[in-house]
Order: sequence, then C-alpha cells, then structure tokens
Amino acid sequence: MIRAATLAFWSHWRRHPVQLLTLVLGIALATGLWSAVQAINAEARASYARAAAQLGADKFDRLSRSDGKPMSVAEYLTLRRAGWQVAAVLQGTLRVDGASVTLTGIDLVAAPDLPAIAEASADSRIAPLDALTAPGLLFANADLARALGDRPDLPPVIETALVPPRRILTDIGTAEAVLNSTGQISYLLVLPDQPMGRPPLTEIAPDLTQEAARGTQDITRLTDSFHLNLTAFGLLSFVVGLFIVHGTVGLSFEQRRPLIRTLRALGLPMRLLMRLILTELLLLALLGGVIGLALGYLVAAALLPDVAATLRGLYGAPAEGSVSLRPIWLVSGLGMAVAGTLLASAQTLWRLSRLPILAAPGKHRWSARPRAMRNQLLIGLAIVATGIVTFAVADGLIAGFALMAGCLLGAALALPPALAGLLVLGKQMARGPLAEWIVADMRTQLPGLSLALMALLLALAANIGVGTMVASFRLTFDGWLDQRLTSTYYVTARDDAQGTELANWLAPRSDAVLPIRSAEITTGTYPLFVYGIVDHDSYRRHWPLIAADADVWDRVMTGQAALINEQMARRDGLWPGSTVSLAPGWEMVVAGVYSDYGNPTGQAIVALDRLLAHFPDVPNTRFGVHLPADRAEQQAEALRAAFDLPPGAVIMQQGLKAQSRAIFEKTFLVTGALNVLTLGVAGFAILTSLLTLWSQRLPQLAPVWALGLTRSGLAWLELLRAVTLAAMTALLAVPLGLVLAWLLLSVINVAAFGWQLPMYLFPFDWVKLFALALLTAAIAAALPMLRLRRLPPAQLLKVFANEN
Amino acid sequence: MKIRALLLLLLWPWAVSAQGFAGLGTAAEGFAVPERGVELHFPADHGAHPDFRIEWWYLTATLDGADGRDYGLQWTLFRSALKPGEQEGWQSPQIWMGHAAVTTPDAHYDTERLSRGGIGQAGVAASPFRAWIDEWEMSGDPLGAMRLTAAGPDFVYRLDMQAKGPLVLHGDRGYSVKSQAGQASYYYSQPFLHVSGTLDLPEGPVAVTGSAWIDREWSSQPLSDDQTGWDWFSLVLDDNTRVMAFRLRGSEDFTSGTWIAPDGTATPLANGAIRTTPVRRAAENGPEVPVEWHLEIPSRGLDVQVSALYAGAWMDTSFPYWEGPVTVTGSHAGRGYLEMTGYR
Repeated sequence: MIRAATLAFWSHWRRHPVQLLTLVLGIALATGLWSAVQAINAEARASYARAAAQLGADKFDRLSRSDGKPMSVAEYLTLRRAGWQVAAVLQGTLRVDGASVTLTGIDLVAAPDLPAIAEASADSRIAPLDALTAPGLLFANADLARALGDRPDLPPVIETALVPPRRILTDIGTAEAVLNSTGQISYLLVLPDQPMGRPPLTEIAPDLTQEAARGTQDITRLTDSFHLNLTAFGLLSFVVGLFIVHGTVGLSFEQRRPLIRTLRALGLPMRLLMRLILTELLLLALLGGVIGLALGYLVAAALLPDVAATLRGLYGAPAEGSVSLRPIWLVSGLGMAVAGTLLASAQTLWRLSRLPILAAPGKHRWSARPRAMRNQLLIGLAIVATGIVTFAVADGLIAGFALMAGCLLGAALALPPALAGLLVLGKQMARGPLAEWIVADMRTQLPGLSLALMALLLALAANIGVGTMVASFRLTFDGWLDQRLTSTYYVTARDDAQGTELANWLAPRSDAVLPIRSAEITTGTYPLFVYGIVDHDSYRRHWPLIAADADVWDRVMTGQAALINEQMARRDGLWPGSTVSLAPGWEMVVAGVYSDYGNPTGQAIVALDRLLAHFPDVPNTRFGVHLPADRAEQQAEALRAAFDLPPGAVIMQQGLKAQSRAIFEKTFLVTGALNVLTLGVAGFAILTSLLTLWSQRLPQLAPVWALGLTRSGLAWLELLRAVTLAAMTALLAVPLGLVLAWLLLSVINVAAFGWQLPMYLFPFDWVKLFALALLTAAIAAALPMLRLRRLPPAQLLKVFANEN
Repeated sequence: MKIRALLLLLLWPWAVSAQGFAGLGTAAEGFAVPERGVELHFPADHGAHPDFRIEWWYLTATLDGADGRDYGLQWTLFRSALKPGEQEGWQSPQIWMGHAAVTTPDAHYDTERLSRGGIGQAGVAASPFRAWIDEWEMSGDPLGAMRLTAAGPDFVYRLDMQAKGPLVLHGDRGYSVKSQAGQASYYYSQPFLHVSGTLDLPEGPVAVTGSAWIDREWSSQPLSDDQTGWDWFSLVLDDNTRVMAFRLRGSEDFTSGTWIAPDGTATPLANGAIRTTPVRRAAENGPEVPVEWHLEIPSRGLDVQVSALYAGAWMDTSFPYWEGPVTVTGSHAGRGYLEMTGYR
C-alpha cells in the first residue's frame, strides 16, 4: 500500500519536472541567501573574537606614558619591583609587500596565555627556546605567513589562524630585533591578580597613565548595525524564498487532488497520506537545503572579501576575507530549510487534511472576499502600530529594528487590501465589457498572487530604502570630506624635535602650517580626544558645524568655549550652551557641534593654548599644510627628502579623500548585490504564483476565449495584468521605501553610530526601479503567457466538458 | 601546549617526567652535570649557576602567631635555563619562577610569579646575597641576619631572620644522589634560622615568630625516567635536632636524608634507612594525598607521626603540588614542612 501510494505520489514530479525544480530551487534560494548572510556574519564575528583573544590585549587595562613616547625597560622594572603585575608590549609597523602590518611583541613569559601561540605551539611542537631566544618566531595567519616566508631578514614564521589578518604576534625580544627598537616598550598590560599592598601608580610612576580595558565593545557596537542590516537582508530573502515554496507546494497539491481523492477512495488512511506528504516535503527540503548551503557558501565567498575590506576600512574591525565551514552553520541552514518548507506548506497541508474524501477538484475557491481583506488590512495596521509602540517605549538599535520590521511586515500585509481597493476604483473607471472583465479578473487573481506581490513590495521597498540611505550617505560624506580635509597635505614627524624643524622649514614655503595636536583623555568609560587648533580661515569657513552659537569661532579661538563632535553631543546630550567636562577639573562651555562620521570616540576642539595649559606635553608631530595644489606634490617630495621621512609620513589630501571614498563604496557594494538578489527572488515568486494559478485560470479564461478572444490576445492580457499589478505594487513601495530610508538614516544610524544623516531624495532612481519592477513582472509572466498562446484549443474546450 | 606551560614543565622536573616528556628531565644536553667530590664554595655558591638546567632557593618556616595560632609560610625562587649561560636583555635563556604561600590551620594562600633573566626583573646575587623576583626578596647573610618579603592577592609577609647555626651539606659533601641510576644534584641547607615578623592576611595582620629552613639545590638531570614524584620532609625536633628526609617514588622507591645534630653535624641517611608510610589520606582543595604519615628512622630511634596543620595546603600554581606545615608526635616531638609532588 505504502509503496503503491509513494509511487503514485512521485509520479506527479516525474510528469512535472519543472515544478519539482522550482520547488527545490525556491527552498535553495531561501536557504542560500539566508545562509550566505549567516556565514558572513559568523566569519566577521569570529575574526573580532580572534583579534580580541589574540592579545587578550583588549581585556586588560593598559599603562603608557602620557606624552606618548615609548617606555624603557627600567620603567617596567620600577613597576615590577613595586609589585605591579604588568606585561610589556612593543608594537610597531612592518612593511610587507608594500603594505604595512602591525607587529606586536608581548613578553610571553609574563603575559597571560595567548590562544594564538598556545594553539600554534600545540600544532607545531614549538619549544620555548625557539620562541624566546634569537632569532625567535613570528606568528601570523596563512596569507601573511606566506608573504613573510620570502623574507630572509625575518625570523621563521609559524602559521596560525588565530592571529588576525595583517598582524604579527611575537615575543618582545624578537620584536625588539625585528623593529630595531632595543629597550623600548610601547605599553604595559595590567594583569589580573595584583598583590596586596601595591603602591599607587602616582607614587611610583607619575609619568604613566592607566587606560581602562577597551574591550571589544567598540567594535561590537559599531559593527552590530552592519551585521543587523545584513541579517535583515538575509531574513527578507528567506521570507521571499518561502513565498516561492508556498506557491509551488500549493500548486503541486492542487494538481494532485484527483490523485489524492483516488488514493483515499481506495482506502489510504488520511494519517498515512499525511505522513507520506510530510516525508516527501522533508526530503525535498533537505535536498533544497543542501543546494542552498552550497549556494550560500558561494555567495558568501564571493561577498566576503568586500565585507572584510569594509569592516577593516570603516571600523578597523579585523575581519578576514575567507569563509570556513562551521558545523553549526550547516545544521542551522538545513534547519531553516526544513522549518521554512514546513511553514510555507502549512496552509496547504491544513486544507488538505480537512478535505472531504470525495471533494471535487478545481472548484473556484479563490475570490477576493471583502471581509477577509478588511481583516488583513486591520492586522497589517496593528503590526505597524506595534512597531511604533515598541519604538516609543524602548530605545536603541533593537527598538529601531522593531519599528522597521513592524512597518515592513504591516505594510506587506496591508498590500492586498490596498490593491483590492485600487481595483475597485479601476472597476469604476473601466469602460466596456472587456475592460471590466480584465479588472474583475485581476481581483479574482489577487489572493493567489498576493504573497508574491508582498515579496515584490518588500524587495522594492528595501531597494528604495537602502538606496536612498546609501546615496544620502554618499552625498553627505563627500561634502563632509571636502569640509574636513582642507589642508593640501598632512605630514607626521618622528618626534617633537623634528616636528619643530618641520614647521620651521614649512613656514616660509607654504600659505599656512596648522599644527594638529591632541590629548587622549579617559573619563568614565570611553576615550575622549581633545584637539587644540590655531585660528585659521579654513576652520572658520569649512568646518562642518551642525549646531552653533553666534560668533562660535571667536569664542573658541579666544579660549572661552569648545566644539564637540556629534557623537558626543548625542550621547551625553550636550548642545550649544551646555557645559562639558573635558578632563578632571577642566570644564568648558559648548559653542558648537560638528559632524564627525566614522569616528566611534568622543572628540572636542579647543584653542591650542587652552589644551597646552592642561596638557603641556602633547606631542607636536602632525601638521596640515596649506598651499596651492599644483605645488603640493613637488613640495611633499622635497620635504621627504630633506627630513628623510618614511613613505607614510606625508599624506596628500586628494589621496586621502580617494581612499575614504573607495572604502565607502565598498561598504555598500554588498548591499547593492543583495538588493539585486532579493528583487530576482521576488520575480521568481511571481512566476511560481502565476504557474500555481494556471490550473484555476483555465475555467475563467475558457468562456472569454469561447466568446471570441484569441489565445494570443488572452496571453497578452495575462502579461498586462501581471505588469499592472506589479506597477501598482511598485507605486505603493515608494512611500514604504522612503519610510524605510528615514528609519535607517534618522533612527538606526543614530542608535548605532551616534550621527544623523540628512535625507536626500533621488526620484530618478525610483523611476529606474519602477521600470525594473515592471520588467521583473513581465519576465515572470512570460512563461505562463507563452504557455497560453500554445494551449491546444481542445484543452480550453475540455473546461466546458468537465464543468458538467 | 602553551609556552608558559612548557616553561613550567622545564621548571618542574617531576612534572616533566610524569607528563611523558622523556629526555627533558634526564638528559643534560650541553648543561653542566653535578660531579661527586666537587667542593662547594661560599658565598659564591649562594648565587646562580646558569650552566646548570635547574636550580632553586627554597625557604619554609613554621610560625607561632601572637594570636596563639600556628602558621607556615613558603618562599621559593626557581631558575630554569632554556640553554646554558646568561645573556642581557629580553632574549636571555634564563627563566625564573617564584612561588609564595601562607598556610593557617584552616586556609592556604598562594601565588606564582614568572620572569626571564637578562632584564633584572628576577635573579640572584651571591655576595651580598640577594634573591628576588619582582618585589619579592630574600637577602642578607645566610650565616647572619636576613630579610624576606613576598606578597600575593591575599597576603603579604615581611620577616627578619637570624642564622643560629652553620650551613649543612647533604649527601656526600653536598653531592646528593636522587636515584639508583645515579641522578644527582648539589644540595645544601641553612636549617637554623630564627624568624620574627608580620603576616598580613585577609583577616588582618598578625605578628609571628618561629624557625625557618632554606634549601639550595641545583642540577641538570634531577630525576630518572620512571620517577613520578616525591615526598619530602624537613623537621625541627624539640631537642634541636633537624631531619631532612625524602622518598622519590618510582618503579622502585628511593629514599635519602640527613640527620642534623643541634651543632650542625650532618650524617647522611642512605637509601633504605628511612621508612615512610601513609596513615591518613585527604582530598582537600586538590587530589587525594597522604596528610598523615608514619615516619621511621630505626638507626636513630625515630618513630613519629607527621600530621599536616591544614590538609588543603595545595599550591594552586600552574603545576599544583602540596606544600604545608606539619606537626611531629611520637618518639620525638617537633614541627616541620612536608612537600608532596606528582599526586593526581
């Protein structure tokens, strides 16, 4: 019995291979995009975790000299001999294949166990003798290890995946030799388990300041938003993929109803039947899931290098560009595939389980019922309201995303009623029987297409929203770069003495030499950078103030007031007129707030003499040089030669801007790719819905055909209907997309980064997207249309035969 | 395996052989090897011997608190060389490890320090004698006045010490055999120190007086392959006699010791002269170890029970071992220290 029933069941797929393909592909698409995003997120997070674990560095407080200079071994010993448990770290940069990498040398004897070295040691059986005595060992990831392996001047390299990209970990003794900085210490890690009775730092080393453990919180917070964005995209793709599954499963059971009726009439119990169906769905889900995972892996592998570059460039987060297969990822991907398939099939299965044994197939059970439509509209509005209430009650990123989810989901649910409303209007405007039939037929089709149209709505709205955000960000960012980077080039000296020489050399040769001097102050939980500036027209004219008192610059330059960045203003609620505490015992009035994109920390600007009054030792090594652009390159070259400056010491404004823009573009390349993918999936959903509707459509089309409309004419009308519905959906998607954009710019950004972006509108992009939506619908409707054109008249005739 | 763990393996010879690192603990690989008949010279030999693989300065003290309670403390500096010789700076092959502990009748506080040589963070100078790691220091004249300090998260101690007797050479004039196969070390002691000072504990400071015992040992091949650990006793009897006795556990136990008369006259106790029998075991703060022993030296008429002051005196260091004060009852009365390693 089971065997016979199974064979009968599977015969359906043999006869409809395209349907089988569609179903499996739907599951695969849903799983694939979701898994791709998960893989990218997991990989990036793993990279942060590795970086954090590598030094453990960020777990511990740090001691360093207030003036930023390196410490001596004698200073380290003073602390140690006073009982302070600290581990010395020497850090520097190394040029490898033209790029700079950070080399961190930690006292491996005193430092806590470092996972990277522990693991590498276990694998390669490293003896302490090799790691601690000359020539020593370098630890780096595979890519860097290969590059370092070609350098005979460097110690042997041990490959380990636990060291983040572009970083080298080693013992401090080895670092000294490689960096040629014997006897220097960059900073000290304050270890746990300090002894009783340890004297205070001010007593034994007044020159040192203790900086609180910075943790991975910064990176996590910053990148959270990025990952949430990706997750939202992944979920969206998943949902859209499920629409396809839903459509195909509905279609297959619709077509198998006669078969099911026959089987049940022959005595197949309902429970066995359901078990067979569930087994079938499960197998298909697993098949689709496996294909989806493969797909997801490929997508992730293709996107990850850009994501990694973005994260590194924009946030300094140490992400790597390669995907590794994690068991949890495989399991969760398959789980999502199975759960999604069952969810998408639930409605069909429910209906099937309640089907009377001898119910006739092919009855028109679909029609736009006004009552159901009104309920759906109310539910949709309720979901939007829930999102708004959540946002009003709670705060932060999650609340922002709740609001966004509420708006999107609610709007999607409200779409079919809205379209139905539009069609009522259309019916009133329709003239002639054919036009009236077309509109009426569209209303009949609406429930069957509504899920696919919802998918299209979401995809379009996401496209408009994200597109608007990116474009607004780009405009603002460009403007901001132009405002902030006003110097022709920037130069960094080795030390204060050279800084003075540089300034003297530059003074007669340029229009202005502006010192860039700052002190890092840790008050409370986050660091604050206070910059001291000298009066110059370029500040007064270009500095991007978003809120300011009158005569703001005069008050700042005469030392009466300070400027702070937007992040700090929003975080601490400080605006012009407020008083800000810059350091213990140093308070100033805020005269203005400026935008400061991409900076996670607080920043303040005061007159240089005010800064020096509180921090006389701030280094004087960086300068912004103003001169006509055509002389810049030449002078920079002369400067390099005169002072034997390393390549990174002089940075041209143009190059800096170009680099910043490149990083920016990379950031949003990923979102662009995902945009295209979601739209494609939505188009696919329309196709499957139309195919599902196909069998129900014949009884509706046959009478019209019998009345004299050609098959070709009918086919064109099919296309027209699909495109019209898509057009209406696209029109409704524009306001939704703009709401989404506003949420991203004014809510999500503020919560995630602490800055608000002005919103610019790009109507031309909407027109392009509108056309794209029509094209998507047309392509999706093309297959059913062709099928209709080639439909043998006999089949249309058969409709009448079957009816009675 | 971690670098630190590897270092500790080197520093901790019995862990080496117990961990199956055959060869590390027994082969000398370019290091100097103790030789019978070499005369020890002082004060030079109070200092470090960087050509030998391992070395330690080991002080234990049994104390009476002004509050009427018994206390014990430990101060140890280990040296282990990755290769023979010393070098300036971070690339020195000499690694130093400090262990310090205070034991009360109901608690045990300990801590561990690590450093490399070459930068001055840890080391030993022979004359004037000074052994230090970080802020911990043992200094002065081992035949006169000395000072001792150490601190951990839960304790600080500062002691003044006064030698009341001579240095004692173990084995054959300081050449102490450790196995049937002939592994040996140089080994001498200063067991005649009177001490007074203060312990700062979580419950507050307490003034203490008592007696201390310094052990000095260096070698390059301390154990044979089959030896898994040892039980080591240093006892100060009420008649002012001192007894050092140890049993190295292996496929065949090896015992050795020294009978030290009140005037410092030392008599070696050959393999088999000492009988140690566990009486009661306990597993407090660590694996099960014998915390009460029956110790017999028939040739000297010694037949005593040795009981731990606190059964949980486990050193919670990278390689745990048991080290704590004991009381002696039976044919003789007294106090002392017990060290047990290699139990798991």
